[in-house]
Amino acid sequence: MSGLVMPKPDAATLARRAEIVADMRIIVPGEGVVDAVNGMRAFESDGLTAYRQLPLVVVLPETVAQVSRILKYCNDRNIRVVPRGSGTSLSGGALPLEDAVLVVMSRFNRVLEIDYPNRVVVAQPGVTNLGITHAVEQEGFYYAPDPSSQIACSIGGNVAENSGGVHCLKYGLTANNVLGIEMVLMNGEVVRLGGKHLDAEGYDLLGIMTGSEGLLGVVTEVTVRILKKPETARALLIGFPTSEEGGQCVADIIAAGIIPGGMEMMDRPAIHAAEAFVHAGYPLDVEALLIVELDGPGVEVDHLISAVEAIALRNGSTTCRISQNEQERMTFWAGRKAAFPAVGRISPDYYCMDGTIPRKELPRVLAGMRSLSEQYGLGVANVFHAGDGNLHPLILYDANVPGELDKAEAFGSDILRLCVEVGGVLTGEHGVGVEKRDLMPEMFSQTDLDQQMRVKCAFDPNHLLNPGKVFPQLRRCAELGRMHVHAGQLAFPDIPRF
Amino acid sequence: MTTFTPAIPEDVLSVVQWAAGEEMPLEICGHGSKRGIGRPVQAEHTLDLSQLSGVTLYEPAELVLSARAGTPLAEIETLLKLSNQELAFEPLDYGPLLGGERGRGTIGGVLAANLAGPRRLKAGAARDHILGISAVSGRGEAFKAGGRVVKNVTGYDLSKGVAGSWGTLAAFTDVTFKVLPAAETETTLVVRGLLDDLAAAAMAVAMGSSAEVSSAAHLPEGIAKTVADGILGSEPATLLRVEGFGPSVAYRLGHLKQLLAAAGEMQELEHETSKALWRDVRDCIPFADGSDLPVWRLSLAPASAHAFVLALRMRAAVSAFYDWQGGLVWLRMEAGEPEAETVRTLIKQFGGGHATLVRASMPVRASTDIFEPQPPALAALSARLKAEFDPKNILNPGRIVAGAH
Repeated sequence: MSGLVMPKPDAATLARRAEIVADMRIIVPGEGVVDAVNGMRAFESDGLTAYRQLPLVVVLPETVAQVSRILKYCNDRNIRVVPRGSGTSLSGGALPLEDAVLVVMSRFNRVLEIDYPNRVVVAQPGVTNLGITHAVEQEGFYYAPDPSSQIACSIGGNVAENSGGVHCLKYGLTANNVLGIEMVLMNGEVVRLGGKHLDAEGYDLLGIMTGSEGLLGVVTEVTVRILKKPETARALLIGFPTSEEGGQCVADIIAAGIIPGGMEMMDRPAIHAAEAFVHAGYPLDVEALLIVELDGPGVEVDHLISAVEAIALRNGSTTCRISQNEQERMTFWAGRKAAFPAVGRISPDYYCMDGTIPRKELPRVLAGMRSLSEQYGLGVANVFHAGDGNLHPLILYDANVPGELDKAEAFGSDILRLCVEVGGVLTGEHGVGVEKRDLMPEMFSQTDLDQQMRVKCAFDPNHLLNPGKVFPQLRRCAELGRMHVHAGQLAFPDIPRF
Repeated sequence: MTTFTPAIPEDVLSVVQWAAGEEMPLEICGHGSKRGIGRPVQAEHTLDLSQLSGVTLYEPAELVLSARAGTPLAEIETLLKLSNQELAFEPLDYGPLLGGERGRGTIGGVLAANLAGPRRLKAGAARDHILGISAVSGRGEAFKAGGRVVKNVTGYDLSKGVAGSWGTLAAFTDVTFKVLPAAETETTLVVRGLLDDLAAAAMAVAMGSSAEVSSAAHLPEGIAKTVADGILGSEPATLLRVEGFGPSVAYRLGHLKQLLAAAGEMQELEHETSKALWRDVRDCIPFADGSDLPVWRLSLAPASAHAFVLALRMRAAVSAFYDWQGGLVWLRMEAGEPEAETVRTLIKQFGGGHATLVRASMPVRASTDIFEPQPPALAALSARLKAEFDPKNILNPGRIVAGAH
């Protein structure tokens, strides 16, 4: 691990491992407890494979009661817990800890209820994102958020990470498509937030839970909104001689009142890598390639295709192809969807970043990245959710060259600092996890972070659930709770009053 | 009894720091347009944020707007209109229902009450559009959360966490919202004469179709005539709103008419009439009668709401109408008693949800759970969250829960 400091393992817990394993076997009988190194190896890492750690023990509960007992047991004995869904996190959110029980939710894999009149699906958290769509697609429905890992990632993990996808500009993130959850708190209490109805009766705890990266509770049931599939979708593939022109085209599309189903941009290195890999027919003489997808009734899509085409021409597009059939639309997407493996072909390793910027800053950020690329001596290719300003720079490096991973990580950190500097954020959809944890002070003051940690204290006052993630420095809740006010010393405030 | 009227965030901070030090409760308000909702706050002093006003950033191409918390909502809506944009969640205006003026309210209040409108089904509520906040907690600390970009998962989403907190967690100083293009045009298809259960079925069919219906409401017999200057007449009216680009609206409307051909007689209301109609539905104009008869706002599973109302009618004299495909039920208690226990017991029997008593006389407000009581574990969690933000209970104490938040 390159410089990542995780919470110091608790010696007393490590010493009691055999007893804890035995107790876990009582709570989860059968095959649900894995303690052999070979068996645990499969869980030592998530999608951020640069970091690996074997857990204390792996437990795969099957019932809510088991989850509740596991958490209460661990809470009572001061044992740490790391929750895990499918393990596709790109930020190390499910990275195990040496002294923590890894609670794997993959056996919670059933769709519990499909309710078309209310347009919701109730599912266990281990159901995959795509599994929800599969359950309702025969009736023409789907679940809108579509992270690129949707074939594998779990809906519980989507709640933990507030996952996005290429369609979220128009259809929203996980937070906008989840109506309710059931969850277990670290003390074993089971609470339900929301349901088939909208909004909360009190504080929006569902809003806080969504994107909390497994630090506040373990989700045991999810209720999501399903939507009717759009009648049709068509895409435009538009090339520009400069990224400025491409960026202006995106701004003009939105200014015209058009919110496309998807709007993706790639830079020259990404275009070339993708084209060499899938031969999608991408133009190779452009600096920016834009895919704009419009979905809805055919008449609307046709109407908007011509509007977007006109906007592209006004912005100096040098090529503009419009998909004439479903196969052609898929071809347009093939290169973009294969961008990561395509980059993997031109470089032994790549490191995927995830900053979001105000879109107008794109030229400045791309220029900054070019000079950082020279400075570090590492290449970078960019794919970009252009509609919402979410950048995915792919830093090219070779892990077998000593020092290159460190260099790639330093390069990545500089990119994220640049994103924050122009008014953006550290992560648009991949989460903070361990990866961006130590960069949090770039975006937040200590007061900001303290207030977030106090939310943690309301849910898990002993910091036992997924510690070492999100927050660079864990402060004890008792310390955070102290009020630093000086009663009597503050003057009656000198503010206009009447 | 002092009313503080800070005009800059720094002064909000020093007022709250003073109040925290003295353990002196503050009532937080903007225009006071929603003061009649919630338990009456027992506070000697008022923190009036209406002078903390002004749009600080508006970039239409970036779909983002930031403003001081006390900025009038009306000012923001006017500004957005110049760029053909809007707050897509169309925040409702409680003014008429509570006997106040139309068009009052601040952007901070929009977030504090997590307002939404008929488009809630498709576009969400304030919680779904808030991108970032700056605020002062009851600890007397200025903090920020979120950002100004539409896609952001950096840290806990405290901006959502304070949505609907009614000023009990923090005093907002700045808010940043996502804004969206306004639809080019809209038409409302009205299906006439349906009883509540058939209306629920028709709305489910419409919402489950590819016609992209953005709002679905049902006004039963007698209610229909109270909106849009009576143009609907008295017959039950089931309203389906279709918005977007002209050719698309025409096409989807045709699709919808085919789907519901057997449902009943239909009529169409165009652009401005349609807008006026939905504004009245949004603002609960049918019950804006100048009285203080109790009015409930319920959020339920849409498909079973009509059955809930039928069961309630067996037990109490109520008028009711539905928005959000039936999931938002407005109830006026005609006998003057809120019947809180009856309402809430039935909610549990009909699939769960929550009820808020949004209008009632002062004595009723003081003696009734205005917001839905939570089960013990959840109530304890909410109380711990309140204590983490406001350990001395100085921000709008008792507004949500008696003796606490």
